[in-house]
Amino acid sequence: MSDAIKGFTAPVRLAYTVNAGRAASRFLRGLAERRILGQRCPVCKKVNMPPRGACPTCGVPTEEEVQLSEVGTVTTFCIINIQFDAQARELPYACASILLDGADTTLFHLIQEVPVAEIRMGMRVRAVWDDERRPSLDSIRHFRAAGEPDAPYDSYKEHL
Amino acid sequence: MRPVAIVSFAQTPFVRRTRLNDAELVMEVVTAALERARLPRHEIGFCCSGSSDFLTGAPFSFVGALDAVGAWPPIQESHVEMDGAWALYEAWVRLQHGDLDTALVYAFGRSSLGDLQDVLVQQLDPYYLAPLGADPIGLAALQARALLDGGEFTERDFAEVAAQNRARAQSNRHAQVRGSRPAGALLDEPYLAAPLRKHDCPPISDGAAAIVLAAGDRARALCERPAWIAGIDHRIEPHALGARDLTRSPSTERAAREANAHERPIDVAELHAPFSPQELILRRALALPGSTAINPSGGALAANPIMVAGLVRLGEAAARVIDGVAARALGHATSGPCLQQNLVCVLEARP
Repeated sequence: MSDAIKGFTAPVRLAYTVNAGRAASRFLRGLAERRILGQRCPVCKKVNMPPRGACPTCGVPTEEEVQLSEVGTVTTFCIINIQFDAQARELPYACASILLDGADTTLFHLIQEVPVAEIRMGMRVRAVWDDERRPSLDSIRHFRAAGEPDAPYDSYKEHL
Repeated sequence: MRPVAIVSFAQTPFVRRTRLNDAELVMEVVTAALERARLPRHEIGFCCSGSSDFLTGAPFSFVGALDAVGAWPPIQESHVEMDGAWALYEAWVRLQHGDLDTALVYAFGRSSLGDLQDVLVQQLDPYYLAPLGADPIGLAALQARALLDGGEFTERDFAEVAAQNRARAQSNRHAQVRGSRPAGALLDEPYLAAPLRKHDCPPISDGAAAIVLAAGDRARALCERPAWIAGIDHRIEPHALGARDLTRSPSTERAAREANAHERPIDVAELHAPFSPQELILRRALALPGSTAINPSGGALAANPIMVAGLVRLGEAAARVIDGVAARALGHATSGPCLQQNLVCVLEARP
């Protein structure tokens, strides 16, 4: 059939106002004050970061808040050679899984100001805060080398 | 069929806008329902939830809510993009397999994040109805008009339904909207979408609910007076609204028959009728005797958390059996525009 309709345009637009909930709201407000907050599970005692108001492994509410260090250990990483978003970054850069001191779960963030060939497991890194303070994880612009000796493998092998 | 019962039920207070996220809402009701049954999390055999990504505005939003259950070591879990009443149906089927004795069912919905009328347009047929932006209140008004034109009901009947439900909601601490105005006074209000007035329509609600199911002896161990499922069935009607008689609900009639609703009198019925004329359609479809108490909770006119309100009807009906008020209760849930799909669950006490 030559006159078959193969498609038509039906634009749909739905707008949402995100409500982060109690735990994530405290975490995000903390970032605006340059504080990184985790929550300790009353059952397994692990500190979840970012906190979610519940321990995802035990399924119990988490209330106890723990302030974490802005220094941590790279547990694993990858090197990115293509530009992903409008926010131009110097290529190549590294995306890393970072175990902040005091936390039991890792944070995904960027590593910059370090030649990518020098990035390695166990490397100690420190948060670089943005000048503008806002309730968002991009308040931390990226992580850079902390200038400390590497962490021993045993200290992070459970967090790969 | 393997005997399966509702042994525990919990619900949040329903509000226009919660400050909690999905996992926090679910945590509240899952914890309460499990505590009531004294069932530790690691003893849950199967877990099934009902929710909609369209409400949350995020993909796979049910996965985040699993934080409230504790999915480690890995659990047996499933999800329906439906009201939680249909998640309960799946859990009931799963327990029929015979290898598991308990199931947790929960539902959550935050209608406050988006524009609910716009979101619900997306459940319609994408070629003919959705592009017109046929909103749920407009469609319910169309159904109400058809009911009036049938000559069997009047706007006063609608107002009576609204007045009764809002009055009963006064003793329901989870209700969002309560009222004491008589039907005559309600009729003085202006139309919202004629012939519907504001009181004929449900509030927009956030909230969650959870139910624990258990089979056989396990149910008796977890609950002194379990609400045994004597029958459960769900049916759907054609998607095209023009192909249906909107003044009737043959899917409810059929589901009720299949769920053994007419075997013995029903003491309490919880009907999921978001719009007041729909309760009249459901009452007729269910052919309930005059002795049946309808919606002691205030029904969906007292709180209508999308994806949750149907499961709450089953929970409220079960609670009346568990607390000894009813020997036999009926819970009904609906989904889609103008009572598109309907589920009937009959619950009873057994010696």
